[in-house]
Amino acid sequence: MSTYNIPTMAEMAAKGESPEILFWVGCAGSFDDRYKSVTKAFVKILNKVGVSFAVLGQEESCTGDPARRAGNEFLFQMQAMSNIQVFEGYNVKKIVTACPHCFNTLKNEYPALGGNYEVIHHSTFLQQLIDEGKVKPADGQAFKGQKITYHDSCYLGRANNVYEAPRRVLEALDTELVEMKRCKTNGLCCGAGGAQMFKDSEPGTKEINVERTEEALETGAKIIASACPFCLTMLSDGVKAKEKEEEVKVYDLAELIAQAEDL
Amino acid sequence: MHIIQQLLFILVLGVAAFLLFKRIQFIKKGIKLGKPLDRTDNSSARWRSMLLVAFGQKKMFKNPLPALLHLFVYVGFVVINIEVFEFIIDGVAGTHRIFAPFLGSFYTVLLSFFEFLSVSVFVACAIFLIRRNIIRVPRFHKPEMKTWPTLDANLILIFEILLTSAILLMNASDQALQAKGAEHYTHTGKLFFSSFLVPLFQNSQVSTLIVLERFFWWFHILGILGFAVYVTYSKHLHIFMAFPNTYFANLNPMGEMANMDSVTNEVKLMLGLPLEGDASAPPAEVGRFGAKDVNDLTWKSLMDSFTCTECGRCTAECPANQTGKKLSPRAIMMATRDRVEDVLKGEKGLEDGKSLLGDYISKEEINACTSCNACVEACPVLIDPLSIILELRRYISMEESGSPAAWNAMFQNIETNFAPWKFAPTDRFNWAEDLKKI
Repeated sequence: MSTYNIPTMAEMAAKGESPEILFWVGCAGSFDDRYKSVTKAFVKILNKVGVSFAVLGQEESCTGDPARRAGNEFLFQMQAMSNIQVFEGYNVKKIVTACPHCFNTLKNEYPALGGNYEVIHHSTFLQQLIDEGKVKPADGQAFKGQKITYHDSCYLGRANNVYEAPRRVLEALDTELVEMKRCKTNGLCCGAGGAQMFKDSEPGTKEINVERTEEALETGAKIIASACPFCLTMLSDGVKAKEKEEEVKVYDLAELIAQAEDL
Repeated sequence: MHIIQQLLFILVLGVAAFLLFKRIQFIKKGIKLGKPLDRTDNSSARWRSMLLVAFGQKKMFKNPLPALLHLFVYVGFVVINIEVFEFIIDGVAGTHRIFAPFLGSFYTVLLSFFEFLSVSVFVACAIFLIRRNIIRVPRFHKPEMKTWPTLDANLILIFEILLTSAILLMNASDQALQAKGAEHYTHTGKLFFSSFLVPLFQNSQVSTLIVLERFFWWFHILGILGFAVYVTYSKHLHIFMAFPNTYFANLNPMGEMANMDSVTNEVKLMLGLPLEGDASAPPAEVGRFGAKDVNDLTWKSLMDSFTCTECGRCTAECPANQTGKKLSPRAIMMATRDRVEDVLKGEKGLEDGKSLLGDYISKEEINACTSCNACVEACPVLIDPLSIILELRRYISMEESGSPAAWNAMFQNIETNFAPWKFAPTDRFNWAEDLKKI
C-alpha cells in the first residue's frame, strides 16, 4: 500500500514553494471520527490526480461560522481575522473545502473583512476533475445501477446555488440517482445548520434529521449521498434511529469517488 | 339630484384620499424606525427582481394551482381598476359612461373583458374561501392565525366577491335600462357576461332600475375606495408593498450574513490591526449590538413586515415548524409588524417597557432556527425572516450573554481550542498520521 503525500503550507513555504490550492479541512474533517474518513478520501483523490495542494495542519482554526450563526459576532470576527492573517502569510489564492459551512463563510463573509480568495466546494472541484477526465469513477463499476439519493446541504444549495455539481458527480458513478420529494431549492434541512449542531433541539414533536431520513428512505435508495459534515452526521444518526444502518449507508461524495476509484 | 350625487362623490373621494394619505404616512414612519441600510446599488438587477418576482409573480408558480388562481385575482385587480378611472370622471362630472361614445364597439369588447376578469376573480376568491375554510389548508391554521388574521383574510375574499358581483349586476341593470330607452343611459352594446343577468331586471320599472343601477354603482365605487383604505390596515398591503419590497431585496448569496462593522473596529483594536479611514477620528456611536427592538433592525426588515401577507409558505417550509417547534417565520414577521404599530400608536413609543425580543418574540422561537433559508426561498415577495432571527440572536449573545448553555460552551471551545468541540488544537492534524501509516 502506498503512503500519501500531505504537505502543510509551512513545509512548502520552507522549501520556497506554494501550492496551487489550499485544502481547508475544517473542524469536523480534523476531529470527527466518522468524518475524518471523508478528509482522507479527498486527500487520496488529490494525491491520485496529482494536484498541487497543501493543508494548514495545526495552523488551521475554526472559520467562526457556528459562533456567527449563534450570534457571537465578536468571536466570529476574531477567528476570521486571525485566519485571514494566516492566509496572507502564505499568500493563499485558492481554497477547496468539503464543508459547505466553511465554504460559505470563506467565500461570502471573509471578503467584508479583507479576505478575498477563490473558494471552491469539493463537489464542484470533483466535478471539474471528472469533466477534465482526471477522475473516471465509472470504470470500476463499483456503483453501476445502484440507487443513490442526494441530500442537498442548505449552505451549498439555497445559500450558494450549488445544486448541479454534486449530482453530476453522482451521475459520473453510473448510479441511478433518485430524488427525494423535497430537493434542490425545496430541500429539507438536516437540522444541524445555524449552530444547531452544537446544542439540543428546542422542544418539539420530532427531530428534523429523522423527518429528513424518512424522506430519504422512502426513495428506496441504499446509499444516501451527502456533501456536508453536519448533514452526514445528522443523516447517519437518522438512519440509526430508524434502525436501518445495516442496509442503508450514508457517504460523502469524496468517499464514493474514492471507493469507485479503489483508493 | 345629479349635483347632490356629484358633491357627495367628491366628498367621499376626498375622505378616502385623506385616510389613505394618513395611513401611508403612518406606515412610512414605521419603516423609518429601522436602521439605515443601502439598497440602492445595482439598479438593473433590482428592476429585474421587481419585474420577475412582483410583476411576473415568478415565485408564486412554485405551486401552480394557487398561483393561477392568484394570477386571476391579481390581473383582475390591476385591469378592472382601469375602469375606476371612468367611474371617477363620471362621479365628478355627473356624466355616465363617458368613454362609451368615444370607444364605440371597442367599449363593448373592453367591458366584456373586464367582466370576464370579474367572473374569474369571483371564482378564484370562492375557491380561496373553500381552501381556507373547508379544505383547511394547514398553513392557514397555525397558532399565529388567531381571530383577526383569519377574519382579515376571509373579509378580503368576501369583499372581492361582493365587488365583482356589483360590477356584473350594475352592468346588467344598466343594459335593462338601455333596452327600455331610459334617458342618460348610453348604449354599451351587449356585454358578454352581464347580459345573462338582464332577465333578472327587465320586468322592473325604469325608476326602480335607476335606483338599483345607482345602488350598484355606488356600492362598487364605495367598495373600491373602502377597500383601498382597508388594505392599508390589513395583511393585504402586499398588493402595493410587493413592488418596493422586491426592488430593495437582498441581492447577495442567501448564505451571507451582513458584517457588523461596529464589531470589526473593536476587533481590529483588540488584535492591534490598523483601522481603516481616519484612526484619530472619534469612534462612531456604536449603539446596541444586534436587535432587541424594532429600531435595531434595518428599515428593510420593517418593510418586509408590512409586506407580509401571512400566506404562511415560509412556515410550511420551515423544518423547525414542521417538527413541532415553536418557531414560525410568519409569526416573526407578524410580531415585528405588531411591534412597529404598537410603538407608533403608544404614547411612550419605544420606551413603553416592552421590546420585540421577549414581549413579541421568545428566545425559544429563535433558538429553533437552523438558518436553512427555506423561509426566505419560499416567500413569493422576497421577505427575509432569517435576518431578523439572526439579529435577535446577536443581541442575546453579545448584550445579554444569554445564549443556550451549549452554545456558550461552544464559544468557549472556539476561544480556547479554535474548534467548536473540545479537542486539543495540537491534535488537529492527527488524521494525517493514519493515512501515512497505510
